[in-house]
Parts: sequence; structure tokens; C-alpha cells
Amino acid sequence: MNKPKIASDWMCGCAGCHMSLLDMDERILKIVELADLRATPITDLKEPDESGVDVGILEGGVNNSANEEVAHKMRQRARILVALGDCAVFGGVPAMRNFCGVEAALKRAYVEAESNEPGRQIPDDPELATMTQARAIHEVVPVDYNVPGCPPDADTIFYVLAELAQGRKPEIKDEYLHWH
Amino acid sequence: MTQKITIEPVTRIEGHAKVTIHMKEDGSVGRAYMHVNEFRGFEKFCEGRLYFEMPQITPRICGICPVSHHLAAAKAGDALTGQTPPHPASLLRELMHMGQIVQSHGMHFFELAGPDLLLGFDAAPEIRNVVGLIGANPELTVKAVQLRKFGQQVIKTLGGRKIHPVFAVPGGVNKALTLAERDSILQGIDAVIATTRVGLQIMKDWAEKNMEDINKFAVFPTGYFGLITPENGLELYDGDARLISREGAELERFPIRDYLDYIQEHVEPWSYLKFPYYKKLGYPDGVYRVGPLGRLNIAEKIDTPLANEELKIFKSLNSGKPVENTLYYHYARLIEVLFAIERIGMLCEDPDILSTDILNTRKDYRGHGVGVIEAPRGTLIHDYTADENGKLLKVNLIVSTGHNNWAMSNAVDSVAKTYVKGPEIHEGMLNRVEAAIRAYDPCLSCSTHAVGQMPIQLDILSPDGMLVKTLKRD
Repeated sequence: MNKPKIASDWMCGCAGCHMSLLDMDERILKIVELADLRATPITDLKEPDESGVDVGILEGGVNNSANEEVAHKMRQRARILVALGDCAVFGGVPAMRNFCGVEAALKRAYVEAESNEPGRQIPDDPELATMTQARAIHEVVPVDYNVPGCPPDADTIFYVLAELAQGRKPEIKDEYLHWH
Repeated sequence: MTQKITIEPVTRIEGHAKVTIHMKEDGSVGRAYMHVNEFRGFEKFCEGRLYFEMPQITPRICGICPVSHHLAAAKAGDALTGQTPPHPASLLRELMHMGQIVQSHGMHFFELAGPDLLLGFDAAPEIRNVVGLIGANPELTVKAVQLRKFGQQVIKTLGGRKIHPVFAVPGGVNKALTLAERDSILQGIDAVIATTRVGLQIMKDWAEKNMEDINKFAVFPTGYFGLITPENGLELYDGDARLISREGAELERFPIRDYLDYIQEHVEPWSYLKFPYYKKLGYPDGVYRVGPLGRLNIAEKIDTPLANEELKIFKSLNSGKPVENTLYYHYARLIEVLFAIERIGMLCEDPDILSTDILNTRKDYRGHGVGVIEAPRGTLIHDYTADENGKLLKVNLIVSTGHNNWAMSNAVDSVAKTYVKGPEIHEGMLNRVEAAIRAYDPCLSCSTHAVGQMPIQLDILSPDGMLVKTLKRD
């Protein structure tokens, strides 16, 4: 039997959830044994397989047009979509930007900051993504499993991945929901 | 037909970047750009928060080096409230920071950049990753995992968690180290020193075999910048900043609270990441590099024995002058890991490390404070201004990766021009362009106070901009 395929990506977060995934330490060998790691930020495939993956994991919320593309593509190609961490589940700290708005935040960083050269402008090259309201993933595409935590504990991530890789449904409660 | 090649996302780096390579008619590279494609806006949305919340809010800028932001925020808080931490508190903060240097640098060498060195730039992208390393050398991979684990465990011992710890507060730290905890850290040291030395040997062997690449892969002069001890030794936790010229002469030495007199940031329309430079020389003449290569270039010695021996060898690479090779960032990073582990040993043996005098509660409130630390990727500056109630009015952050923005952009352009030749574009050519960015170990979440990622796609355009063909790399 072919191993289930797992892909992951990060959007508007801090990479801390992927670091917590690495904090499962030696157990990463177990995950590699159970599943085939496809496109992730630490592998060199650039997007989830067009033919689909079994589990797609997204860290971070959606706060710009590039994130939207990533979220939609992962949803289309993953049979099961996991929102990993508080930013993915709720919006998290980056959603604090919604209180001041995108324009004010851009102006502060690129025009007003004390260390800037005078007269600078907000970057606007067509190569760059357009900033939007910061949203949780479920506000953009349907999510199958929400795994909260900032970041979720490595034990929780291991449990969720191991269950999904073996075709079972993880139940995220009790000790898998604690905050340290 | 002219082409624009897009590499998106750049993988095995932290955060969201894409590269565009604009090809000329003759199949050579016209210009290549690194676009940092994310912006979050911490500087704005932290306005109105209380200064003592910042050691918890700002680590969410980056989950790879959260300790850097945690400590820089606490240090800015120390200055803002006039609460100088007691000596044991500074030792404990430094201990946590050294744990972070070990985990962040160790992970970068083995898990992010390592696949290029150990499996090759031209290895198939399906296996050119940490899983491929497990297949090629399981024993080494497990040791690398344990190296990172050692660093993470130091952080957890002090701050209760490995990522986003709760430990430093303005005026000190909230928990003392116990004897048992101290001993447990000490027990792990020999094994991780051995792993680091294996890493150094791998690096040296690789360098010997790949000297031609090392000497044509993004080698260019810049200034170098970072914190320094009073005797010009390597410093990662606290001290004055030192800037040296491309020839190695000292240009400036200053307390970081005066950073605005020396550093200014340039903005380009094609990147959300700003370009800091030395104000007196202007942009781009005043650009400099930070991080492991920058720090080893500004330091004349390292105050731990094993790392100092390695530094001497490193300094001989360019006869004592600054080392300019982008690929030697990997080498410098490992020497710093060795230093950080030795420093952990020294800190644990310090008679004050078990002291419970860990918090200064006497305030001399000033309402403004600048905090600095040498994050794994370079100098990190937090600058806060608060009202009389402690509510933040202004926040300015200059983050490590930002200082290297010009250098990374230049490295991308240089490597593209050296290695990418049309009409047949091979994946390995593009991977080298990514490796130019990888060498700097950028943390792009940090640098734009942001994060994210996407697929590689090669769009071939006709001269009038019409899409002729799209090639995908997966």
C-alpha cells in the first residue's frame, strides 16, 4: 500500500507551529515511516501534488492575496485540511492588525518609521502580494481539523499526524488541548 | 523571446520570498530580484499596548528565533522603566539565548542548508531535504535532531516552553535555575560538542571539494556589523555595536541606543523588506552584512577555547581580512554553535547562575528604551516610546535579516548571473539561486514582521509580455 501523502505550508504566522512539529524530535522518523512528506517549507517541492495529497496542513492565517492562493490550492488538493495553531484557527496575533487597518500599518512601517529615509513610499510592485484583512483559515476555505495553540504542543502535533496518517480521526481534547 | 523566471516559494528558508530572474534575448541574466512577499505590521498594531506585554507579543514575529524578540523586548523594557536587571538575571537570559543559538543554527546547518551540502545542489528536489538526509545518513540526522533538541531543552528549562517561552520581564526574569536543572543541562554538553565538530568537519571537507564554487558563488565586499565585547571578542547577548569597513578597519563603535545616528533604512518598491545601511556612507555604499559571517569578521577573538581555535582557522581563509564568501556563512554558523555550547557550560558553572536575585523591582521610569541582541541572524533592535502610564506610543523594530537584505539581493543577482544560462534552464541552476538566499538563513517573518509561501513556476513571456509557456518545477 502507498503511504499517505502529507503536504504543509505556512501563511501569515511565525513558523513556530512548524518548529513545534520539529520539536517532536526523534519521532519525526516515525512520521516519515508512516507518511510521505511532499511539498512543505522544509522540502523542495514547491506546491502540493496536482494529483492530490491525503493530508494538507496550513500554519498561519490569511492576510494577503498570496496567502489566499495558498489556502485555496491546498484545499483543492488535500483530502483532509488541518489548520495548525492559533493564527490558522483564530487569526492569532497578526489579526491585531485588523484594529488599525492595513493602510495605517503600511504607512507606519514604510513612511513614518524613525529609521526610514525621508520621502519613502509603500512598496507596490506588481510582483508583491496585496495586503487584506487578517482572517482565520475557516473564514476563507472549509477546514476539517482545527488544532489550536501558540504553538500547539509537539505531542499534540505528533498525535494528530500519526492518527491521520493511519487513517484514524484524531480527537483533539483533554491533554491535547492544554496550554503550557 | 525574453523570459522572466519566477522561483516561488524559495524553500528551506523561514518566511515568504520569491525570486524573479529577468533573462536577456541571448539567454543570459539581465537582473534577478529577491522579493520579500509579506507584511504584518507589528510596529503599528503594538501601539496602545503596554510595554510589559511586548516580551509576549513580539516573539510571535518569529517562531524560529522567538527568544531573540522575547529578550530584546525585555531589554527595551529594562531601559524604558530604568530597571537594570541583577547580574544573575542577565546570566540566565544569556543562557536562554545560547540555547536558541544552538537550536536555530544547528537546525539551519543540518536540516535547511544541509541537504544542499550533503546531497548536492543538483540532487533531485524530491529527496533534497531532511527526509533525504535520513535516508543517506540516519545516524548523523538523529544526532542533528538531538543537537536542536538540546538547545530547545535549555529554553524550556528556563521559560517553560520551547517556543514562545515565558521568562524575561523588564527588570529581570521570573524564574531561577535549580541545581538539578543546571546539572541536567551540563550533562548534555559533551554529546552536542561532538556533533558540532562533526558538522565542522563536514563543512571543511565540503569546502575543500567545492573551492571553485565557494570562490565564484556571490563573493563581494561589504561592511560588517554586530555587537562586540570591550576587547573585540565575539558577543551575542549585550555590548556596544561595531561597524567595520570592507577592508576590516573600524568605522564606528557606539551604544545601540544611538542607532538612529548611524543606521537608516532604504525602501524599494519591489520588496516589503527594507534595506538598512550606514548613514554616513549613504545607500548603497554604506551597506553591511550581519549574522555569523558579519560577527566573525568584526570579532578578533572568541572567549571560549574550542571556538577560538576554529576562529583562527576561519580568519586564515582570507589572510586576516574580512571573509567575503557567501557560502562561508555556513562555516561561521557552526563556529558560533561551538561558542554557544561552550558558553552554556561557562554560564552553568558561574557561581551566580543559581542565585534567586533575579528581579530588580525599583523603577526609574523614563518612557523610552532601546533593546538589542545578536539574534542568530544578526543584530535585532527594539525601540519603544511609552506615555506616563506605560502605554506604547511608538514602536520601531530593525530586525536581523533586514540588515542583510542588500547582500541577499546582491547574492541572488550575482549567483543568477554566474549559474543561470539559457535557453535550457535546469532545476539545479535555480536551486543555486535559492541557496544564495539560504546561506544567509533569512528569517523573513522577522524581517517584515511577517511570514508565508508558494509554488515554483517558470513563465516564458514574449517581448510584449504575453505568456508563451509555463513550466512547473514540482
